[in-house]
Amino acid sequence: MSLAENFKKTFKIKNQINYIVIAVFLVVMAILSNGNMINRSTAGLLVRISYSIILAVSLNLVVGFLGELSLGHAGFMCVGAYIGCFCAEELNGIIDNRVLVLIIAMIIGGLSASVFGFIIGLPALRLKGDYLAIVTLAFGEIVRNVLKNLPMFGGAKGLATTHIQIPSKTLFIIGFITVLAVLFFIQNLIRSKHGRAITAIRDNEIAARAMGINVTFYKLFVFTVSAFFAGMAGVIYGHFTNPVMYSTFSYNYSIEILVMVVLGGMGSINGSIIAAALITYINFKLQSQLTGDLAALKLLIYAIILIVVVVFNNAPSLKPLKEKLSVKSLRKAILRRTKTDAIYDDDAAWNRIDTKIDMDEVVSTDIKPNDFSSPVEPEKGGKK
Amino acid sequence: MSDIMLKTENLGITFGGLKAVQNVNIEIRRNQLYGLVGPNGAGKTTVFNILTGVYQPTYGSFYLDGECLNGKSQETINHKGIARTFQNIRLFSNMSVIRNVMVGLSNQPEFRCSPFTSMFRLPRHFNTEVRMRERAKEILRIFGLEEERNNLACNLPYGKQRKLEIARALATNPKLLLLDEPAAGMNPNETADLMDIIRRIRDEYDLTILLIEHDMKFVSGLCDEITVLNFGTVLAQGDTKTALNDPEVIKAYIGG
Amino acid sequence: MITLLDGLSLGAVYALIALGYTMVYGIAKMLNFAHGDIIMVGAYAILTTINACGNVWVGFAISVVVCTVMGVLIERLAYRPLRGASPLAVLITAIGVSYLLQGIAQLVFGARPHPISMPNLGMINIGSTRISVSTVVTLIVGAIIMAALTVFVKKTRTGRAMVAVSEDSGAAKLMGVSVNTIIMITFAIGSALAAFASLFYLMQIPTVEPTLGSMPGIKAFTAAVIGGIGSIPGAMIGGVLLGIIEKICQSIPAISPYTTAIEFSLLILILLVRPIGILGKKRREKV
Repeated sequence: MSLAENFKKTFKIKNQINYIVIAVFLVVMAILSNGNMINRSTAGLLVRISYSIILAVSLNLVVGFLGELSLGHAGFMCVGAYIGCFCAEELNGIIDNRVLVLIIAMIIGGLSASVFGFIIGLPALRLKGDYLAIVTLAFGEIVRNVLKNLPMFGGAKGLATTHIQIPSKTLFIIGFITVLAVLFFIQNLIRSKHGRAITAIRDNEIAARAMGINVTFYKLFVFTVSAFFAGMAGVIYGHFTNPVMYSTFSYNYSIEILVMVVLGGMGSINGSIIAAALITYINFKLQSQLTGDLAALKLLIYAIILIVVVVFNNAPSLKPLKEKLSVKSLRKAILRRTKTDAIYDDDAAWNRIDTKIDMDEVVSTDIKPNDFSSPVEPEKGGKK
Repeated sequence: MSDIMLKTENLGITFGGLKAVQNVNIEIRRNQLYGLVGPNGAGKTTVFNILTGVYQPTYGSFYLDGECLNGKSQETINHKGIARTFQNIRLFSNMSVIRNVMVGLSNQPEFRCSPFTSMFRLPRHFNTEVRMRERAKEILRIFGLEEERNNLACNLPYGKQRKLEIARALATNPKLLLLDEPAAGMNPNETADLMDIIRRIRDEYDLTILLIEHDMKFVSGLCDEITVLNFGTVLAQGDTKTALNDPEVIKAYIGG
Repeated sequence: MITLLDGLSLGAVYALIALGYTMVYGIAKMLNFAHGDIIMVGAYAILTTINACGNVWVGFAISVVVCTVMGVLIERLAYRPLRGASPLAVLITAIGVSYLLQGIAQLVFGARPHPISMPNLGMINIGSTRISVSTVVTLIVGAIIMAALTVFVKKTRTGRAMVAVSEDSGAAKLMGVSVNTIIMITFAIGSALAAFASLFYLMQIPTVEPTLGSMPGIKAFTAAVIGGIGSIPGAMIGGVLLGIIEKICQSIPAISPYTTAIEFSLLILILLVRPIGILGKKRREKV
């Protein structure tokens, strides 16, 4: 079979829509900005949206597809921002072209973050659920704490990125091109045999192992890739904000990214994109209007999004209600169609995350079962 | 290439002080349909768990096609050629039927394709995907599931879910297939159909099959040899008819 | 020596919080992320009463009631609908509840820290060292609570039902235990403990702010994990240990800025090496 034929067989226009929408959006904005139709603050907003999308999509890879909760995503971003921007500052005198410096910095930042992603992936092999969430949270705090105290990175004053600032009007274009690249890589990954393997691990780790899926490899791989992109987002952030402050990347920021993922639907890339843009926009608008104690409203909004979306999507008792309100059944009701909806291979309902983490199993199954000092017990009745 | 596909030597495992399985010696010939029966809690599934690397045997060892697989991980054992189904179905329930099978296919050398190949969409990726889909359809056809390949696995009726599990295991291209109560919850028609399918895949895919089943008609209809387990030890072994008529076995089942 | 005592009293507070985590985790099998924020609620309850009537003990009594009601409400409204749902969902909801409490507190009381005047219990001499009475009281109360909880779990009907639910909630249900009621009671007890924690916390750091609970909460969870989650004495040991480590780190100038990093690295290390913690129970092996 020829390549073209194979390509045609796997190509679906539906899968390309998000690229097209983002590209068109980018072109329109670039033209507007060229004609001085958008002001600096709007351009700044666009930059924020671009790195938020990268963060949300990359976190979704871990939370939505691998099914592990990571509360340290801001930590990866922090590593990327600090190390990437530090290198960029150093390179600044050597290479003239700032955009080139940014690209190199993004790769360096991404790589250094992915090293940490790999390290955090190691506990993920043994720990599950709540424990892993706490480990990632702890990781984020450790990173912040250490970077705060390294004089090399500016210590408590934060890392000065004065020399590498890029005007928002240029930066948002680079940002969105990066978004396109990130989308390309992540969507390609999940729409391949590897994506299937990753979701298989999420759905049923024991069965995935029995099918010969290398769970160790995929867990490490997902954490590493996700951290890489978070690090890139951090570098973009560093070129936009001066100085880069360790305090930005707190646990709260990780939660903010998580809110984007949850709102957009776990396992839905397009959902993450829309939610990231929406939340960043709301934040931006609220920032100027809500000052002082009213900033609490932001917390409340996040809280309500998290609780309402998750309870609605997961509560067993709300299932009938949910089915009644689902887009599919609404459409059916409107069109009065009785045809059963088939779900096609490449758009299987990703965002229906089921129990993956078995709370009784604190430790994942790769602990040797005859090591009885470990809390893993042979499954109830020894039956699988 | 020996004639013996699976051989266990004094296989045993203890949990804490409890001897769950002890001194199990089984020899299964190539292409044989072999049964493992016994009352509930006799340790049948534990044997499966040992053979697939979920548990490491406390003592004894087992050989697949002459190769000792003790202490190997579940993944490695699968790659070496043992695949299984589960007693309580463990499908990837939020994936479509064909995807379930494709997950089974993904470890095979002929579909090798690194994550980066896929991320960069190199030609090899398209080639692999298309071939995998074709192969998955082929496998589903045997089980009569081709029409439902785009449904979610969790929406299949129970009997078809059981079949899909076998299809998925078959997709990993095993030498030895372990079926844990494949006919549980099926009606007589489905059971008869399943017996045909099991014979057919044995012949077409040159398989050796070891199965656990409580339905004695099913076992005696399919298997030429069985091992009867009770309280983790071998109660009787050998030719199906003889073993099932062994007074010890009858006693264990009826509870004398 | 002073460092050690400081560590002990901080540790006692951690231990009290950790007890709450351990109770809820052991029985409901969920990480109640909002536990730290219930402490914050308790602290505000104390603050409000002190401002109104000036008596700490009335404030404490009210805060026990408020926290308990709060804990039960949260369980009823946010967690119970998710019983049987994926743990990931429960955890995310818990984070949401934590945010909700912080947000409400900030709206009502403002983000700025409120100083609070706690009664000075004075100092006493033990041997040659002077030690504040509040430290001693914290430790004693912590020990009493621990003992009381152990007895409660072992001797009373409700306590045994709790153990049953923790072992196998499905089987407990079949045996006629009302799982929902038991979990609610657990939350009530855990939250009442949070009120104790807020009292002793305020004795050491007499300021109230909306984020008061989050860091101690996370650290106390660390303590609970170090001690072995689900184990009541484990929570005490873990809490005290963590408190002492924190104070020792802070007293050494070279590493004091890295205290948080050290504590959390310890957590990761323990989870990797011995995920069940110091006193964690080995799970019974069933075949």
